[in-house]
Amino acid sequence: MKWSELFTSSVGKKWIMGLTGIFLILFLIVHVGLNACIFAMDGGVMFNKAAHFMGSNAVPRILEIGLFAGIILHIVQGWLLELSNRSARKKGYAVPMGNKGSKWYSRSMGLLGTLLFLFLVMHIAHFWVPSRITGLDPVMIDGKEYHNLFGEMLQVFQGNLVVVILYVLGCFALAWHLLHGFQSAFRTLGLTNGRYIALVESVGILFSVLVPLVFALMPVSMYLGWIK
Amino acid sequence: MQHYTMNLTLKVWRQKNASDNGHFETYPVKDISSEMSFLEMIDVLNEQLIKEGKEPIAFDHDCREGICGMCSMYINGRPHGPWQHNTTCQLHMRAYQDGDTIVVEPWRANAFPVIKDLMVDRSAFDRIIQAGGYISVNTGNAVDANATPIEKDKADDAFAAAACIGCGACVAACKNSSAMLFVGAKVSHLALLPQGSPERKNRALNMVAQMDKEGFGACTNTGACEAVCPKGISIENIARLNREYMMAGLSDDK
Repeated sequence: MKWSELFTSSVGKKWIMGLTGIFLILFLIVHVGLNACIFAMDGGVMFNKAAHFMGSNAVPRILEIGLFAGIILHIVQGWLLELSNRSARKKGYAVPMGNKGSKWYSRSMGLLGTLLFLFLVMHIAHFWVPSRITGLDPVMIDGKEYHNLFGEMLQVFQGNLVVVILYVLGCFALAWHLLHGFQSAFRTLGLTNGRYIALVESVGILFSVLVPLVFALMPVSMYLGWIK
Repeated sequence: MQHYTMNLTLKVWRQKNASDNGHFETYPVKDISSEMSFLEMIDVLNEQLIKEGKEPIAFDHDCREGICGMCSMYINGRPHGPWQHNTTCQLHMRAYQDGDTIVVEPWRANAFPVIKDLMVDRSAFDRIIQAGGYISVNTGNAVDANATPIEKDKADDAFAAAACIGCGACVAACKNSSAMLFVGAKVSHLALLPQGSPERKNRALNMVAQMDKEGFGACTNTGACEAVCPKGISIENIARLNREYMMAGLSDDK
């Protein structure tokens, strides 16, 4: 069997979705962990240092390329699968099955993923572009100059109710996408063992609630002035 | 349960042949016994249609005892009707009340084209089986049943997977029209047994290739297939197929 055949079959495509999905889940752990430094209540010192490490160290920079590749592959493959799956039933039912047997979010991964894609475009424009391309204001910490990414966050979220609402909605989309995607990725990769499935399902629910919640707290607490 | 009779309104998909566009036809049916099966109720309606000089409704059925996998009706938005672990032929009219309206549609999937009315062509499943859903053995006297020891757990899982009757409700229920529960069950029941082991790699690769060729969608693990399966085939079999397929593909020599 050729490599191209293996990864372009229906099962192969799903393996790519599962592998990139788990890679993106791992990225979320790093992202939420680093960003949680804003809750140190130190005026962003710890956060700016962490952001500096991510931007100046070779390992995260190389992983960043992998991250973009992974996200693009996950999105494009997801859309292609959604299209081919939809076209497998040209004539639909008069009475749709609805929630008889499946959860709405498990059937809406394409829609939730598209919402997340739109969120990402905004999110990258807000933070990644200034960090890596157009440049950030400098800030002095312990006599050393750092990029003030914390200041950028305050600027984006303080007084911008619409942006804060969009970020919170993005977190909802992420939560539902993960609620199905987390456990589904492991099933796609062939996990059948009952004990592990139970573990993956419970960890998946916890992860899908906790990570988006912590993310959502960031713009909300900056908007409400809890973090200055 | 108390016996009762009911009058119903049926909205049934009528389609002359594969190339016809098809439409819904509404029929009143009277004095239906709660003890009748769903197909017996359709029989009553067909008798009525024949008496009126109209074309009876074509539908698939064979054993009428829930084991052959021929009956295939999508009833009020659910394959095989409202009951769990049940085929259309084993659905009984006590599931309904006087005055109910019941909408009956054929399985919908490009890979299952409508032949006539409620009958669909499920030979795509046969071709998937021909691609690898068997074991190659020399015929002769039957081997002693206990000649090959098999762990009880494995035997149980294999048997549970082998319970698949190939009705296609999984495809009908799936938003992607995916046949992964069917193929997963067929691959699993052989892969779990020593007799199925020698051909397990080619089986997984060839059956998935045929499944893709037939135009079924990919699996997104929504679980709708498992929920409507009359034999309660577990979605675990899909995960096993995913593993069997990738392990076979990665270790294939060619």
